[in-house]
Amino acid sequence: MIPPAKPKLRIATTSLAGCFGCHMSFLDIDERLFPLLDLVEFDRSPLTDIKHCGPCDIGLIEGGVCNAENVHVLREFRKNCKTLIAIGACAINGGLPAQRNHLDLGSCLTEVYLTEPGLAHGHIPNDPELPLPLDKVHPLHEVVKIDYFIPGCPPSGDAIWKFLTDLIAGKTPELGHGLIKYD
Amino acid sequence: MTKQTHRHADCLDPILGRYGHDASNLLQILRELQECVGYLPAVSITCLAEKLAIPRARIESVASFYSFLHLQAHGEYRVLFSDNITDRMLGSVELMQSMCRQLWVEPGKVSEDGLVSINTTSCTGMCDQGPALLVNGRAITRLTHQRVQEIAQLIRNRTPLADWPADFFRVEDNIRRSGLVLDNRLVPGEVLRAALSMSVRGSTGSPRTEIGTAVVEAIKQSGLRGRGGAGFPTGLKWEACRNAQGANHYVVCNADEGEPGTFKDRVLLTRQADLVFEGMTLCALAIGAKQGFVYLRGEYRYLLEPLQAVLQQRRDSNLLGRNILGQSGFDFDIAIHLGAGAYICGEESALIESLEGKRGVPRNRPPFPVTHGYMQQPTAVDNVETFCQAALAIHMGAENYKAIGTAKSSGSKLISVSGDCPRPGIYEYPFGVSVREILQDCGAVNTRAVQISGPSGVCVAEHEFDRRLGFEDLPTAGAFMVFDDSRDMFEVARNYVHFFAHESCGFCTPCRVGTSMLKQTMDKIAAGLGTQYDLSEVENLDHVLQTTSHCGLGRTACNPVLHTLKYFRPAYESRLKSLEFKPAFDLDGALARARQMTGRDDAGAHLKTEAT
Repeated sequence: MIPPAKPKLRIATTSLAGCFGCHMSFLDIDERLFPLLDLVEFDRSPLTDIKHCGPCDIGLIEGGVCNAENVHVLREFRKNCKTLIAIGACAINGGLPAQRNHLDLGSCLTEVYLTEPGLAHGHIPNDPELPLPLDKVHPLHEVVKIDYFIPGCPPSGDAIWKFLTDLIAGKTPELGHGLIKYD
Repeated sequence: MTKQTHRHADCLDPILGRYGHDASNLLQILRELQECVGYLPAVSITCLAEKLAIPRARIESVASFYSFLHLQAHGEYRVLFSDNITDRMLGSVELMQSMCRQLWVEPGKVSEDGLVSINTTSCTGMCDQGPALLVNGRAITRLTHQRVQEIAQLIRNRTPLADWPADFFRVEDNIRRSGLVLDNRLVPGEVLRAALSMSVRGSTGSPRTEIGTAVVEAIKQSGLRGRGGAGFPTGLKWEACRNAQGANHYVVCNADEGEPGTFKDRVLLTRQADLVFEGMTLCALAIGAKQGFVYLRGEYRYLLEPLQAVLQQRRDSNLLGRNILGQSGFDFDIAIHLGAGAYICGEESALIESLEGKRGVPRNRPPFPVTHGYMQQPTAVDNVETFCQAALAIHMGAENYKAIGTAKSSGSKLISVSGDCPRPGIYEYPFGVSVREILQDCGAVNTRAVQISGPSGVCVAEHEFDRRLGFEDLPTAGAFMVFDDSRDMFEVARNYVHFFAHESCGFCTPCRVGTSMLKQTMDKIAAGLGTQYDLSEVENLDHVLQTTSHCGLGRTACNPVLHTLKYFRPAYESRLKSLEFKPAFDLDGALARARQMTGRDDAGAHLKTEAT
């Protein structure tokens, strides 16, 4: 009897308050995408354009949490993914978007939409379709429990590859020398 | 500013003269300058940089390291409430709030008229007579609402500190049980005379070398171990230092007694200063040093003049200076350096950095101070009590000394008892005394736990009260904080965690960041937002701090939490919100500003606190 094929792991990815740089870096695993696709299938991700994620094994999130929508997406991922991974500096520390944290949100909005010349026609956008910004940008782990962190801005394709293959193989992911850089 | 410019010009030259225009005395120079001017104005720093020919940045880096040095004016009266858990248990938080109300000032800020600032500081070593505070560096003990009211009145009237009631500044010794050290009635010089008559059979060296060898041998034989907590064999340290090559050898007495709950060195320096200096001189004889230092914590500033008087008496009696007791070539003198509010300077290599006028950042070890200490020369750094014990060991003979205590912990130990007991104070016991015996002697009842050797030590619960103090079981630097069954051990641990976060020197990232993360986690649990996840995070943090911290501060910072989690887990669990993760902040509240700016209040403009 032929043993049943090992079911593929489901992976979801998204970018919250990030720049998609980590996703670009993910694509830098290049031709290794093919062996990866033998092992996994993608759920919600910019690669599939699926809008909401279903039950998954692994969730990869880049970017921090800057608005209400980010909170909803993050909670959706946490609810559906067995293992949730924060990838990149913004997801781990808030990163570049968090530079606004020492400014009052009100004065930011005032300066952008009211006092500076621009396209806003003198009012702060208040359409209910738009998610409201949080007063501060938070790293993911301050809002939900995060299981793993892949540091870097962005982490290299090699680091992401090593991390995912370790995880898929059931090993505790270990980024050794050369894959984590602090310069 | 003009007034200050004059003041600093008048002060600076005499101070620089006293310290030989030597930048290695920078901390002492800054401290004295501040005593004169009130703080360290930019103009003084510029002037000092010129006169010492060092960059301003170096002076500012030192001045900004020590919490008792100020680069900004902080009021004519600077009040610092001791914030140890024992002070809190005696009501210090309420007393501080009351004083702030009476003087119309917020904690941590200077009053608008520039009169006063009120804040907290780490344990000031008055745990047996708290709550305590420091006003312009002077210790005031036994605070009550009435005393706080009187202090507020004196400050409002701008009464000079010298005219405040002397009773405010009275520091009791509270010796409850004395032994070997506290009972001794040795005449100054008696131990040195005994040492000078020692010799080693068959030795061929010069008389002084011979005596030094004999002293080291006797200390080794006595089994004496350091009393600062780590318990390194004193004889081995002195021998290594004596054998180390160097142009000069130094003796350093570590009187930076910063471990919360410890105050025995204060009592020794008050009651047994001669014995301390005698021990230091003995060490000088053993290792061949000509210069010694006492590094006295800034909180004990009031001891400086009395100690200097004792040193002068010893110089007058030829117990310090040249050819001590007529022994040709036996030259030794002692200088006292004051710290300025940095717990980390109790670590010996940080202490040496501070003695050299730098920031108190621990050095890489090895090399150890015995070979590369003060000015990179061989240096023996020992605790105040160790020097006393060494002197007594020589006086009574190694064999007699070794007979006291236990097999691996010879001699006696001074214990600083504070917290929930009717008789806090100093208790001297031979090593091997059980926790239970001490609790009985100090009259403690319904005791829930004892914190041994301060926040970096261990928490001992009721079922372990038969454990014994000594290097075999419970090593201790002397702190013994008692908590009865009315106390919440979570709050005890939280106080200690805040202490470590405050005292981390900031040099290495694991400790600088880790102690703050630990503090945030404990505050999150205290706010009722903690989960099981946060408890396991403490264990992860502990692993990082243990394995990657530069010095012992980071390595021990998680101990209070781990120990109380082990014995008093329900104190934590009862505060947890749920087993699921919870954010430390109010998510819906974080949208409030945006709601206000956009005028929205629709469903999409809110976030539910519970994840759905």
